[in-house]
Amino acid sequence: MSDHATHRPTDASGHHVVPVSLYLAIFGGLMALTAVTIGAAKIDLGPLNVVVALLIAGLKATLVILYFMHVRYSKPQVWIFVGAGFLWLAILLTLTISDYLSRGW
Amino acid sequence: MAEAAAIVAHQFDDPEQQRDSVSLGMWLFLIQEIMFFGGLFLGYTVYRYKFPEAFRIGSNQLDLLLGGVNTVVLIVSSLTMALAVHAAQLGKKKAIVWWLIATIVLGSVFLGIKGVEYGHKFDHHLFPGPHFVFEGPHARQVQLFFSFYFVMTGMHALHMVIGIGILAVLVWMAAIGRFHSAYYAPVEMTGLYWHFVDIVWIFLFPLLYLLGLDR
Repeated sequence: MSDHATHRPTDASGHHVVPVSLYLAIFGGLMALTAVTIGAAKIDLGPLNVVVALLIAGLKATLVILYFMHVRYSKPQVWIFVGAGFLWLAILLTLTISDYLSRGW
Repeated sequence: MAEAAAIVAHQFDDPEQQRDSVSLGMWLFLIQEIMFFGGLFLGYTVYRYKFPEAFRIGSNQLDLLLGGVNTVVLIVSSLTMALAVHAAQLGKKKAIVWWLIATIVLGSVFLGIKGVEYGHKFDHHLFPGPHFVFEGPHARQVQLFFSFYFVMTGMHALHMVIGIGILAVLVWMAAIGRFHSAYYAPVEMTGLYWHFVDIVWIFLFPLLYLLGLDR
């Protein structure tokens, strides 16, 4: 990576600085996905409407976390913390929802 | 004091260790926030599953145009926040102030639009409680939908009010030149908070406004 060092903007301590062009591209992506999710909600997909809405929201959240929140350029310990947060959220959601979904027995 | 040197608190060995600690501490706080909002989303999901028709009716009472405009406003505010951090990283002191002010303005526009929406709901007696009025067989469950709507959007709005307060302090700190290319942690950490609040809305918007939309 050192051969690219002169081309990559950094702060005074040498940390990676995300270029403005990438921020604008992510912003454009978030806007496009917002339009797609509104458009998809107006089409009747049956039970797939929920899936599509949540997939698009998840994709938008991932873009914000990786680029706006710089996680993509962060150290492994930040990845572990972020991953742990969503792992515990997944446990909360999965166990509770599987309980309610299986009460028809 | 050298311009390029970061201020290192005495418990840290060097600026890098301080930087890592600040970042991990902020993420711990955000994980707690994920669990807090996660509980609300879980409750909403369970009752939406139990009362799909009432929640569909409730969703259709919301103003899709105002909700959509607010989604755009909030995403733009995340961009201006990211650009404030960018300006801080490069030590562009005036640009930090202006991007922070832009973020405050957009956050205030969001809250203003939210206030208009709340006003309409109050006018139509859709605020849960003794004055709630809704005709139809699902009235009680529709009231439950609006309980979730007001608690979830209300907690989100409260986070934005707090965020705007923090941003106002940052504007003052940036204006007196506290931040430079080697020290901008408060701007960066507030950015993490602001983007987190944006992510909460990214999920609230489809779940509250879009699911069950009449076609």
